[in-house]
Amino acid sequence: MENPENIIVVNNLVKRYGDFTANDNLCFEVRKGEIFGFLGANGAGKTTAIRILCGLSYPTSGELNVAGFDVYTQRELIKRNIGYMSQKFSLYDDLTIAENIRFYAGIYGLSQKVIKSRTNQLLERLGMEEIRNRLIRDVPLGWKQKLAFSVAVFHNPAVVFLDEPTGGVDPVTRRQFWEMINEAAEEGITVFVTTHYMDEAEYCDRVSIMVDGKIAALDTPQNLKKSYNTNDMNGVFLTLARGD
Amino acid sequence: MRILISILRKEFIQIFRNKVMLPFIFIVPIIQMVVLVFAANLEMKEIRFYTVDLDLSETSRKLRYEFSASPFFRDQGTGFSLDEGEEMLLRDKADLVLVFDEGFEEKLRKENHSSIQLLINAINSAKAGLVNAYSEAIIRDFNQDVRLEWLGLPAFEAIENIDVSYSYWYNPELNYKIYMLPAILVILVTIIGMFLTAMNLVREKEMGTAEQINVTPIRKFHFIIGKLLPFWVIALFELAFGLTIGKIFFGLPILGNLALLFGFASIYLMAVLGIGLLLSTFSETQQQVMFLAFFFMLTFVLMSGIFTPVESMPVWAQKVNIVNPFAYFMRVIRMILLKGSGFHDIRHEFVSMFIYAVSILSLSVWRYRKIH
Repeated sequence: MENPENIIVVNNLVKRYGDFTANDNLCFEVRKGEIFGFLGANGAGKTTAIRILCGLSYPTSGELNVAGFDVYTQRELIKRNIGYMSQKFSLYDDLTIAENIRFYAGIYGLSQKVIKSRTNQLLERLGMEEIRNRLIRDVPLGWKQKLAFSVAVFHNPAVVFLDEPTGGVDPVTRRQFWEMINEAAEEGITVFVTTHYMDEAEYCDRVSIMVDGKIAALDTPQNLKKSYNTNDMNGVFLTLARGD
Repeated sequence: MRILISILRKEFIQIFRNKVMLPFIFIVPIIQMVVLVFAANLEMKEIRFYTVDLDLSETSRKLRYEFSASPFFRDQGTGFSLDEGEEMLLRDKADLVLVFDEGFEEKLRKENHSSIQLLINAINSAKAGLVNAYSEAIIRDFNQDVRLEWLGLPAFEAIENIDVSYSYWYNPELNYKIYMLPAILVILVTIIGMFLTAMNLVREKEMGTAEQINVTPIRKFHFIIGKLLPFWVIALFELAFGLTIGKIFFGLPILGNLALLFGFASIYLMAVLGIGLLLSTFSETQQQVMFLAFFFMLTFVLMSGIFTPVESMPVWAQKVNIVNPFAYFMRVIRMILLKGSGFHDIRHEFVSMFIYAVSILSLSVWRYRKIH
């Protein structure tokens, strides 16, 4: 890695499924501690890229480095240093809030003592102490999402990947969710987030917009709005996505 | 170790929180055994017979009474034309039609020899065979009476000089239940091992938690042990529970060494769990994996010798049984429980099963991917 400030470096990432090219020669860097927005229409190739970065899927070609480790050879080391929250809900329905936290923390190898004290802190912060023994299936969606995020960063990863974390959540909870993301970023966790909501793009330090498997634009929200001459990210997105 | 404990704890919580699970473990074996003992029975009672009596003689009536008097037969009436008899078979109102032709008695008196016709519904060939055997027994007895009464001949043929005496070993009363109970245990233990493992793993895929697990540094090996160990323990427990119920309530004999049985079962279960794991790698939904598991289960059970002896299967089927874990356990559990076989007697099965377990587990662990 040339620049130690970059926590994710992607050069010429290509992912093909047969004839279909999901990721066409992606090149980008993510800086340590920033909130990096990964935008694109459905099917633009966001999830494909995020899955490759998390070590869930093999790239066809390209150089990739996450948290200082190579995606091809140091996959297990990467996994130690990242957190991940997918579109699909990832907590266990039939476990309680506390049991879910305990399980995920446990498989990162944290000791029971650490898990216990951090769980108490976390539940206090989320205001969920009273329902710690409630099954996840009985918890409202917004709360579940917040909890899933907290679980994804529970082991203090260097980077956390969030794949459309706020899908189907009400505006108030979305706001709270982004506050949590900001807090995590302030604690030094780099946030890599995909989203459909353009207002959320405004909260990001930098944003990349994918169109048909390629990165069509990558800059701060201010600069993007300036260069596409619109007032909001929606305008930027529509201009790019339509290919005007 | 810490990681493994985390997984195990989670699995056990989930298994015992599942409302279907506990009833399954405790009630199914009892129901299966009760059904087997009180319902699945090869002895025939209530064979319905209909008589077509074209002779209307004393002898024909006597023979009909012999049938009526037998506890195995129930009289469905008498008719006077063959068509009526066929009608009874066709409408499934009779399993057997006795036909006495005109001149039945007269022929017997004059020629010392006569014949009757038996029409048997043979849709179920095993049942038909039994109906025939029971009927023949009654007719044979009747024959002897006739000999004595009419002809003054001795009841037994004097030329019969080879005396055959039977002694059935290992199941002296030829009790079908004793033969089947161990087989039921094999099925139960296998269902738990194969179905539950496969469904549990696929469920994680369906819910999306498998993906979450895959981004953690958890090792494949940890995860798989964490997944398989609980079902291994539960299946062995199920075997113990089933044996207890069988012993106490149904008189299942336990002649051999239980430690040997559990030793073999442990290895057998590794193979079965391995199959469950392997099937889960081919499926994305619980529905798919159910179909797959059901297919294998049914094939394995039918070929295992549960109802019919393996030795009477065609050679190709016997060859296929080399990869049928059921066949090994079915043989071994009967040998140990009913015959009291020791390690020396089952050493070949032991070694084969061990090789089987190692191969299938390696194959399925290799197939199980964290990355796609």
